Amino acid sequence: MAKQAAIEIDGVILEALSNAMFKVELENGHEITAHISGKMRMHYIKILPGDKVRVEMSPYDLSKGRISFRYK
Amino acid sequence: MIYLKTAEDMELMRAASSLCSRTLGEVAKWIAPGVTTKKLDTIAREYICDNGGTPACLGYGGFPGTLCIEVNETVVHGFPSSYALREGDIVGTDCVVELNGFHGDSCYTFPVGEVSESVMSLLCATKESLYKGIEAAQSGRRIGDIANAVQTYCERRGYSVVREMCGHGIGRKMHEDPEVPNYGRRGIGAVLRNGMCIAIEPMINLGSKNIVISDNGWECRTRDRKPSAHFEHTIAMIDDRPEILTTFYYIEQEMRRNGYGEALIAAGPEQPLPAGEAESGVSDAEADA
Repeated sequence: MAKQAAIEIDGVILEALSNAMFKVELENGHEITAHISGKMRMHYIKILPGDKVRVEMSPYDLSKGRISFRYK
Repeated sequence: MIYLKTAEDMELMRAASSLCSRTLGEVAKWIAPGVTTKKLDTIAREYICDNGGTPACLGYGGFPGTLCIEVNETVVHGFPSSYALREGDIVGTDCVVELNGFHGDSCYTFPVGEVSESVMSLLCATKESLYKGIEAAQSGRRIGDIANAVQTYCERRGYSVVREMCGHGIGRKMHEDPEVPNYGRRGIGAVLRNGMCIAIEPMINLGSKNIVISDNGWECRTRDRKPSAHFEHTIAMIDDRPEILTTFYYIEQEMRRNGYGEALIAAGPEQPLPAGEAESGVSDAEADA
């Protein structure tokens, strides 16, 4: 039986919540809460509403994600 | 966490994988137009139970079948139903068996009767890509090398690779770490070491790579409704090389006997004679006659 993989989807930041959490609207229309990844924190990469980002999501919880890349 | 198997564990893995392969061999006897997918499922379940194993998919997260039946545009996790196979269909049967605490996982996509040339090419390419992936699984290399081998082989031929589903580690649990995707860059992912057992399962679409998950939360089909092929082997890393624990030998023996899928049997390497199998394996049908 195949396993559902962790998926990477692109999305747009809708608004910034507290504690480096963001509301992201994914390409497929879903709105999720995502947090900034540690690597981006370490390199002081800022994210603002309106940015296009890549989000990693687990198949086990489709309402939460991790922002792993910010596109130019 | 990746669990490494000892030599004794490997023997049990071989036994479970062998039962899985023989179950699919039994299913292969019955592939023909007019057979319902529920019938295939029942045959598999009875064969597994008669041989002392347990069907691992049945009841897994609520899955209602022993086999995942994947007809034409169904990519994975199709439920067995009263759908009767038709000439020209392809049907993938994914079987997972639990025997003595360990699991064996294998899948084969059968052509029903005569299928179109493009579909047969898809089946052959998917089966060959599985073996390319297995070739790439050497000690010291990484999961990404396997993934890249499968992806480049299929995409060079114009097919697309499903992203949302992946292979997996296997052992005491059906799904273990690491995930083994069928796409990716070389040199990334977990390092392959002796003692690891993984299931490599290319899922390749004739059309585009997009899939749609149905409302029941399980069945995945291609978004453009073009056929999708799925082949799987359980392999173990032993002595720095991959050992293929499951085999298509029993399946292809039955396919030869019933006279279908010659091109598919010819694709990929020759299936080795499983250990302990005589040259002319006596099937249940012949024993009864």
